[in-house]
Amino acid sequence: MIGGLFIYNHKGEVLISRVYRDDIGRNAVDAFRVNVIHARQQVRSPVTNIARTSFFHVKRSNIWLAAVTKQNVNAAMVFEFLYKMCDVMTAYFGKISEENIKNNFVLIYELLDEILDFGYPQNSETGALKTFITQQGIKSQHHTKEEQSQITSQVTGQIGWRREGIKYRRNELFLDVLESVNLLMSPQGQVLSAHVSGRVVMKSYLSGMPECKFGMNDKIVIDKQGKGGTTDDSGKSELGGSGKQSIAIDDCTFHQCVRLSKFDSERSISFIPPDGDYELMRYRTTKDIILPFRVIPLVREVGRTKLEVKVVIKSNFKPSLLAQKIEVRIPTPLNTSGVQVICMKGKAKYKASENAIVWKIKRMAGMKESQISAEIELLPTNDKKKWARPPISMNFEVPFAPSGLKVRYLKVFESKLNYSDHDVIKWVRYIGRSGIYETRC
Amino acid sequence: MPAVSKGDGMRGLAVFISDIRNCKSKEAEIKRINKELANIRSKFKGDKALDGYSKKKYVCKLLFIFLLGHDIDFGHMEAVNLLSSNKYTEKQIGYLFISVLVNSNSELIRLINNAIKNDLSSRNPTFMCLALHCIANVGSREMAEAFAGEIPRILVAGDTMDSVKQSAALCLLRLYKTSPDLVLMGEWTSRVVHLLNDQHMGVVTAAISLITCLSQKNPDEFKTCVSLAVSRLSRIVSSASTDLQDYTYYFVPAPWLSCKLLRLLQCYPPPEDGAVKGRLVECLETILNKAQEPPKSKKVQHSNAKNAILFEAISLIIHYDSEPNLLVRACNQLGQFLQHRETNLRYLALESMCTLASSEFSHEAVKTHIETVINALKTERDVSVRQRAADLLYAMCDRSNAKQIVAEMLSYLETADYSIREEMVLKVAILAEKYAVDYSWYVDTILNLIRIAGDYVSEEVWYRVIQIVINRDDVQGYAAKTVFEALQAPACHENMVKVGGYILGEFGNLIAGDPRSSPLVQFNLLHSKFHLCSVPTRALLLSAYIKFINLFPETKSTIQEVLRSDSQIRNSDVELQQRAVEYLKLSSIASTDVLATVLEEMPPFPERESSILAKLKKKKGPGAVSVNELEEGKREGGELNGGGERGGDGSAIAASNASTPSPSADLLGLRTGPPVTAAAPSAGSLLVDVFSEAGVNDDGFLRDLEPPTESSDSLLAEGPGDSDSAPPSVVSEDPATPLPESNELLNKFVCKNNGVLFENQLLQIGIKSEYRQNLGRMYLFYGNKTSVQFVTFTTTVTCPGELQSQLNVQSKTVEPLIEGGAQVQQVINIECLTDFTDAPLLNIKFRYGGALQNLTLKLPVTINKFFQPTEMASHDFFQRWKQLSQPQQEAQKIFKANNAMDTEVLKAKLLGLGMALLENVDPNPENFVCAGVIQTKAQQVGSLLRLEPNAQAQSGEQMYRLTVRSSKDTVSKRLCELLAEQF
Repeated sequence: MIGGLFIYNHKGEVLISRVYRDDIGRNAVDAFRVNVIHARQQVRSPVTNIARTSFFHVKRSNIWLAAVTKQNVNAAMVFEFLYKMCDVMTAYFGKISEENIKNNFVLIYELLDEILDFGYPQNSETGALKTFITQQGIKSQHHTKEEQSQITSQVTGQIGWRREGIKYRRNELFLDVLESVNLLMSPQGQVLSAHVSGRVVMKSYLSGMPECKFGMNDKIVIDKQGKGGTTDDSGKSELGGSGKQSIAIDDCTFHQCVRLSKFDSERSISFIPPDGDYELMRYRTTKDIILPFRVIPLVREVGRTKLEVKVVIKSNFKPSLLAQKIEVRIPTPLNTSGVQVICMKGKAKYKASENAIVWKIKRMAGMKESQISAEIELLPTNDKKKWARPPISMNFEVPFAPSGLKVRYLKVFESKLNYSDHDVIKWVRYIGRSGIYETRC
Repeated sequence: MPAVSKGDGMRGLAVFISDIRNCKSKEAEIKRINKELANIRSKFKGDKALDGYSKKKYVCKLLFIFLLGHDIDFGHMEAVNLLSSNKYTEKQIGYLFISVLVNSNSELIRLINNAIKNDLSSRNPTFMCLALHCIANVGSREMAEAFAGEIPRILVAGDTMDSVKQSAALCLLRLYKTSPDLVLMGEWTSRVVHLLNDQHMGVVTAAISLITCLSQKNPDEFKTCVSLAVSRLSRIVSSASTDLQDYTYYFVPAPWLSCKLLRLLQCYPPPEDGAVKGRLVECLETILNKAQEPPKSKKVQHSNAKNAILFEAISLIIHYDSEPNLLVRACNQLGQFLQHRETNLRYLALESMCTLASSEFSHEAVKTHIETVINALKTERDVSVRQRAADLLYAMCDRSNAKQIVAEMLSYLETADYSIREEMVLKVAILAEKYAVDYSWYVDTILNLIRIAGDYVSEEVWYRVIQIVINRDDVQGYAAKTVFEALQAPACHENMVKVGGYILGEFGNLIAGDPRSSPLVQFNLLHSKFHLCSVPTRALLLSAYIKFINLFPETKSTIQEVLRSDSQIRNSDVELQQRAVEYLKLSSIASTDVLATVLEEMPPFPERESSILAKLKKKKGPGAVSVNELEEGKREGGELNGGGERGGDGSAIAASNASTPSPSADLLGLRTGPPVTAAAPSAGSLLVDVFSEAGVNDDGFLRDLEPPTESSDSLLAEGPGDSDSAPPSVVSEDPATPLPESNELLNKFVCKNNGVLFENQLLQIGIKSEYRQNLGRMYLFYGNKTSVQFVTFTTTVTCPGELQSQLNVQSKTVEPLIEGGAQVQQVINIECLTDFTDAPLLNIKFRYGGALQNLTLKLPVTINKFFQPTEMASHDFFQRWKQLSQPQQEAQKIFKANNAMDTEVLKAKLLGLGMALLENVDPNPENFVCAGVIQTKAQQVGSLLRLEPNAQAQSGEQMYRLTVRSSKDTVSKRLCELLAEQF
């Protein structure tokens, strides 16, 4: 179980320190600072063991969050908690920064008291928390004594993430499929590794205690239905290139509101949604990924003092769709003394501080191609080491899911109140982003 | 011009540094540095030439980035260019960059050396200084090669500026330290020494560091510096505090220079010239006087500077060790410091006093402070100070105050720090032994020691108690009584049980008269501790029990009962089980006579270096307590315990005369020949059986202690080989010519003193010898291997030819009759008059079954037997080696290895030779070097030996090169011959 939780700024000064168990002393705070934040070598592992004490840390911009324990805890649980903690803080005061943390000092201690009890994680659902932890901007919507007396029973009840008696004039529901696609490609265009990690994020404004059912083109479900003879004609998608019907999900995790027993038996996702923002599920796929861009590098060394680089990018999706925020990063050798860049589209610039040429294109339609060529001048050095040629990386955003995931339905049932599935306004959006999208050159 | 208008501020650099300092994170810092590096690269790459200012600025930035921990792989060329600038700041930055960044194997080194050369030959002193600093900072071999010749010239040139001279002296010192072979002072020596007369104090200070270093390597060349140093010192010491202006530090004139001068003088013996010496003594007196004056300032720097000079002066006084007056004064001064409130001063005072205590002049003076030191030992808060106090007490101890000091140390031991306890225990044990006039006091002290700090009493300490008790008849009774009393304590330390078990086992009979300590009471007392002890102690106790059976036959049944119990006879520990079984059998089978023989009182231990002293030496390492002091202590201890030693010898002879040889000696004759057992009559075989069994037991018993004689196991291993090789026909009639293989036999004994000298079907001759100084005693054991008696058994020892004048051999007559299976002993005393080459002859005649047997052997007396080992340090060894450089003093032999090259075997052989095997002396660890002095009546011959094994000589054979150098040519030759046969 978590023994304590510390928040540091970039210099390693302690902003928040909350110790839950006696086995964690004050010196643990310094141990982490000395061994991780101020370490000579950059510490990459998120888990560090110092003197039989484990430190789990995550970093948000310049802020370090570290959970400490002396026991053998489930590391995944600790990280899940830390991420939740970040979500909760973001929901309360926006961006996690040193200033915000200093300004919300009391609030954070209050939250820490609530979401961790003797090191055991408690309810960390923002919606529920906001009902009884109120600070500054967040005003409690209900002031009556009866409602306040309900808080205890609701928070400790079976459906801790949603309170009763919510009413909206307009029942609305937003669903985002957010995916990030990761790729490593050889110079010859061979895929060395690729996977997509995706999230289904929802925002619901629904009255009462609705029961929802979410359906997607999961291969197992589709195959089962296909055997049963029901054909789903909505299989034709307007998404990029592939006309495939279903996708194979490697693994997935759900929000606590999802009934896992039903998923295990019928593979159907049914749940009573929390109010407001939440992440319904996370998943990962590795098969049949649509790679939105292809990068073709060409590097030629001309003598010891010159390097010629040509990079072509090709968009590989429906011409009707537009990719956005495209950025190609071409690393330059460490002894670069000057760069000349020519590109047809977008803007390219040599950024010395990052040792790279950064090429930015605002928008690009599918099935197009564009190219950049650069001449790099080098300064002869006494160092005989050859340049390691780091891979060319790329960033972009496309309006479809590169995994091929598709929402088939999202049904809402509320038996007690008088609105039906058709009355709910539903919004669905797909966003595909680049994760680590690299091509060797 | 921009360079002028911008000045030396380098705003760009300041901005860059402040940017870096303002970076919030490591990443931001790296980004900023990358940007700057790219900028500098583009500037350096740019076609238009950079002016000196920008070059300096960028090189500075690169240097800063490098110092932040990033790699810099360009800009070296620009830095080298800066060297040729005429502006001081640019040149300075260039040199700085090169000192920090350029490694010696760079290609640029040639260019750099060129620039340095230019600067050195320029007449500008600042440029010369910069160049010299750069050479000293880099200090590589290449630099030394290029400039080692140049710098001494600059140093002694008349027209060189003072500041340059200072730099040159220090630069030369640095080069000398890195590559001494390249810095050849030769012609410059006297001029460098005369720098001590320089007007400028800075130059003198720098030069003295150089001279001190140089004179340590070749003291003779720099001998002249002594008188100069003395006069310089006297000028400083006698000057008023205002005379030296810049060099007066808190009212102390030139403290650093004074310290360095005093330290330089410590490299040399006291000056021979009376005037110089007088002046020096005057100086030292003045320094001591000044220490008495009231301080001129309350500042700590003042007293620090003053005390630094004082302590340096005191160590010089100690180093000279010839001025009683000064030594006593120094001691008194230190005595004052002992009560100073500054802990550091007290520590230093105690430390210096340790060395003062070893001087004969100041020993008494040191002793007057005993109360203070004891007080320090008890009350000091810092453990290191207490440790020094303990050291000092140890050093100042002599017969007059030994009792007090030992008592104090013992009482302190109860509360002493754990870290120094073991050492304290050793010291108490040594002091108690060394100054024991009354041995009952000694026994009391050691038993107290074991009681108080049992855990810290190492094995060696209690071995030593037992050795001493056994060697001294007068304390045995008292010791037995005391241990008996000590063992009555309900909880006593295991070491106490060990001592108790051993002593009661040997001398329990001495107190058995008292009904309170009757045999059975003694046994019960010991046995009550048995179950609380570890296995080795139990084994020792079992041996004590069997000795009890011998001493007190009335305890036999009780002890047999104990031995027979399952916990002994079926003990899971093999050693205990074996002992129980064997002792039980021995006690039930053997007659009382046999028992009495087997379980006789232990023979006295030969006198040797105290094992505890060796342990303390090992623990302290060299330098902590002066080795001389320890040697002295050992010598004194030897004299004091001389009585015991003589007593031991006497009893040994008595034993041999009574023809009941001690078991270990007897085994020599009887255990080696298995065929004897077959041929021998039944009585003999029983004897042999019992002996062999007892031998095993005895071995085990002795394993706990260091055995007094060479282990009989090793004899067993070496013995049988000869019995086959000696045919019966060797028994010749001619008394004059020795056996043909007697030379070979002789060679066998070059490296060992004990063993079987000769064996055939009739006779076996065992030998045991010991040598001290120029005297030797040899015990010959003649064993009759047959069942028939030898009659008219006579032996004569003759010295053929000139040996008569070289060796004085006296032999006692032997019994003319040797019974079958029996053994007789003969003692031969040998005195070495002068060095010799031949060996004395031993002629043996006897009748066996009517036939006259006659054989002649060479007695294994070789020159190396009279070696006294000499320990010496590496440089001592090579110094002496060089002194023995005349061609006839050296004998060398290159020969093939007869045996495999086993380092351990080689070591053992060299040690057996009698010389000291010196570790860590020869630079090649494969080689062995030894040193020793041959003691003859006429003279002492120092010898040094060096053995160089070569495992992969040409033709694949293993070769040795043996070189012996000694002050006498015949000795070298003979040693070489003897040794060449050994490997």
